[in-house]
Amino acid sequence: MSRQSNRATDSKKMNSELFTLTYGALVTQLCKDYENDEEVNKQLDKMGYNIGVRLIEDFLARSSVGRCHDFRETADVIAKVAFKMYLGITPSVTNWSPAGDEFSLILESNPLVDFVELPDNHSNLVYSSLLCGVLRGALEMVQMAVDVRFAQDTLRGDNVTEIRMKFIKRIEENLPVGDE
Amino acid sequence: LQFLNWLEMADEALFQFLHSEIIQYVNSAEPGESENGRCVSKLENMGFRVGQGLIERFTKDTPRFKDELDVMKFICKDFWTSVFKKQIDNLRTNHQGIYVLQDNKFHLLTQLSAGKQYLEHAPKFLAFTCGLVRGALSNLGVKSIVTAEVSVMPACKEQILCKNIKS
Repeated sequence: MSRQSNRATDSKKMNSELFTLTYGALVTQLCKDYENDEEVNKQLDKMGYNIGVRLIEDFLARSSVGRCHDFRETADVIAKVAFKMYLGITPSVTNWSPAGDEFSLILESNPLVDFVELPDNHSNLVYSSLLCGVLRGALEMVQMAVDVRFAQDTLRGDNVTEIRMKFIKRIEENLPVGDE
Repeated sequence: LQFLNWLEMADEALFQFLHSEIIQYVNSAEPGESENGRCVSKLENMGFRVGQGLIERFTKDTPRFKDELDVMKFICKDFWTSVFKKQIDNLRTNHQGIYVLQDNKFHLLTQLSAGKQYLEHAPKFLAFTCGLVRGALSNLGVKSIVTAEVSVMPACKEQILCKNIKS
């Protein structure tokens, strides 16, 4: 009977590992394809962006959250709904700027980096750069231009992973394309 | 319970997006029709390493399998369920090392439109999974060649062929 429950938990574990391991394989491939870490970071960010612009639709369909009224609400939805839904973690929202246009997501654990160690010659690699792109792309689709970057990274020796998000501006809705 | 199901499917969706984006990347890194093979190869190798990694942690406590067929059944049931949330629908074998696994609703193919002109891209959407199976088998002590084909009608039916190589 205990073997049954082991199998069930193993199954669940293996499924989350699929994403983590696949992401790892991607980063490894990019490190082979590109000369330096900055290029890899850029490519991961770009891929994340492409994912983000499609993920937002999936998210809105699943979560049925309404339009956020301000950036604080956006932050909460990202941390408590989106992260929970897709990565199974709930980062905390802290370090708000006085103007309320910038905040941090603190991840106690980052599922992308399970079992990952950065080799010595990749000190500039921001391993989880995909996440920045995803957030940026997703928010762009709901008319928010944001800047997203890693302020702290456990893979680079910090205690926690900190993602800093800054609101840049509201994007005008695209008007239908006229005759040009 | 329903909320939990939503969460699980979100997992799936996220992986689908990543998988699709990886294919886009590998495809664009190898421009030209003639490079399709290189593309497929790269994807298959990535899948292989992931398949190995998955098995490494999964079967630490599971007792060893009694024979090759047992291993294949594990792939069809436990492995496929963990990775794709369902079992393989049909397993056939000639009892001489060739196994055909059939998935009637392979969700990684749902990104592909059900039109004939997209069939040429199907191999890229199957490559990673073939590698996954080959990698899993490899860490279970079975050396194999894994290929797959898709039939468009009914949608997303995928046949995986495992040819186990005797050393």
